[in-house]
Amino acid sequence: MDLIIEGIVKAFLLFFSLDSEVIGITLFSLKVSGIATLISLFIGISLGTAVALIRFPGKKIVVSLINTGMGLPPVVVGLFVTIFLWRNGPFGFLEILYTPSAMIIAQAIIATPIVMGITLASVQQLPGKLRLQIIALGATRLQMVWTLIKEAKLPLLAAVMAGFGGVISEVGASIMVGGNIKGYTRVLTTATVMETSKGNFDIAIALSIILLVMAFLVNLILTFVQQRKRPS
Amino acid sequence: MKRFKDISIVLSILLFVSCLYFVTSVSAQQKHIILATTTSTQDSGLLDVLIPIFEKKTGYFVKTIAVGSGQAMAIGQKGEADVLLVHSPDAEIKFVSQGYGINRRLIMHNDFIIVGPEKDPAGIKGIKSSVDSFKKIAKLNSLFISRGDNSGTHVKENVIWKESGIDPTKEKWYQQTGLGMGQTLNIASEKKAYTLADRGTYLALKKRLALGILVEGDSILLNIYHVIEVNPARWTKVNSAGGKAFADFMVSKETQEIIKTFGVDKFGSPLFFPDAGKKVEDLGK
Repeated sequence: MDLIIEGIVKAFLLFFSLDSEVIGITLFSLKVSGIATLISLFIGISLGTAVALIRFPGKKIVVSLINTGMGLPPVVVGLFVTIFLWRNGPFGFLEILYTPSAMIIAQAIIATPIVMGITLASVQQLPGKLRLQIIALGATRLQMVWTLIKEAKLPLLAAVMAGFGGVISEVGASIMVGGNIKGYTRVLTTATVMETSKGNFDIAIALSIILLVMAFLVNLILTFVQQRKRPS
Repeated sequence: MKRFKDISIVLSILLFVSCLYFVTSVSAQQKHIILATTTSTQDSGLLDVLIPIFEKKTGYFVKTIAVGSGQAMAIGQKGEADVLLVHSPDAEIKFVSQGYGINRRLIMHNDFIIVGPEKDPAGIKGIKSSVDSFKKIAKLNSLFISRGDNSGTHVKENVIWKESGIDPTKEKWYQQTGLGMGQTLNIASEKKAYTLADRGTYLALKKRLALGILVEGDSILLNIYHVIEVNPARWTKVNSAGGKAFADFMVSKETQEIIKTFGVDKFGSPLFFPDAGKKVEDLGK
């Protein structure tokens, strides 16, 4: 119990004394997971909406594949991304293994199915007649899709939170493709693992607390956006 | 409709920025080397001291991948690292003789120790021979935690088991963690079990462990670190100049001097003993 209190005290000390390494790691975690989430939003929302709106044979199988992807284990993603990015692997010419770019790729792969799955469900739950109505009012196809996405705004913001929450808290893929290199690819989760194995439990607890607080702040902002009254 | 345009513009800019970020991080690593090493050099904090000095001196950027010696050599075997710092001599000799590595050079040593709960249920404290103490642990079915990850420590442990003529892998009292040295020590401490550890990691973690040194000083327990450059003849993409620069740095007088005093201020005794230029046979004498 003393250890946890020590950790909390340490978290405050580290953060408010502006310990440059800890601040660096924190901002870097935000940056990597933030960019990965943005990429996943771009791909996830467009593909998710498309799958939801277009009728095609085998759709149920595609939907179940996406839903399975929502639970994609990060270590599996990490392993495959590592193999693909090896110098002598198919994408070796990029030379990005053990770089932030590799981490962004892995995290985007983890977050995309999450965003896609939630987008899919939220667009599908809109009443079918809404589409007809929008088109009947003279909207173009693009306008129709945009209106539907706007209608599904609440669950879509949930998709952002789920995607971001999934990757910021993920450790398996980050440590495999990033390598936990000091000052370069070290994020809060991989630093926590390392400090734990070094026996520096107080620092590990401090890092966890910073991670939790950061995740909370991001979600708080998103929730405010989600819950605010529509300007009408 | 205007808003749709706005948002697509914002999204495109964001995508563009992330692409830019990709490109810059790719071009920023022209002069990097990948060092595959054991967890003990990282967990003890030695690399945190040495690598910044090397980077400042040579301008190389070092990507340290801290895994077990077995995995480090597996990475090297695939040409996915430029230089290795490992402690698994028999496997290293095989690695070099198979043409995966060149210029294997002695860096430093410390020793392995058998640690266990202070109460010492198997009564091995003070036994000189590590083989005898393993036999006693087996006889009394005392819990033993193994790394189980093909690391240098795990290989050493297997050698001792083999010498004692015991195959513990199917026994209930023998558990494999598959984790690094630090975590394995933590687990042994929690479970009041015995384990084989390198002295460096043990000393670095000692304050949190309920484990004491029970057996030490046996010649079989010597823990020797070598640096090996990955053979560029085998893998064209290996940064051989960088690998060599790092290996040269490790055997340099200045680095050896740092290794000699590393840990003295914190633990009262050095964690590693520098050995560059010596012969393996002369160690521990």
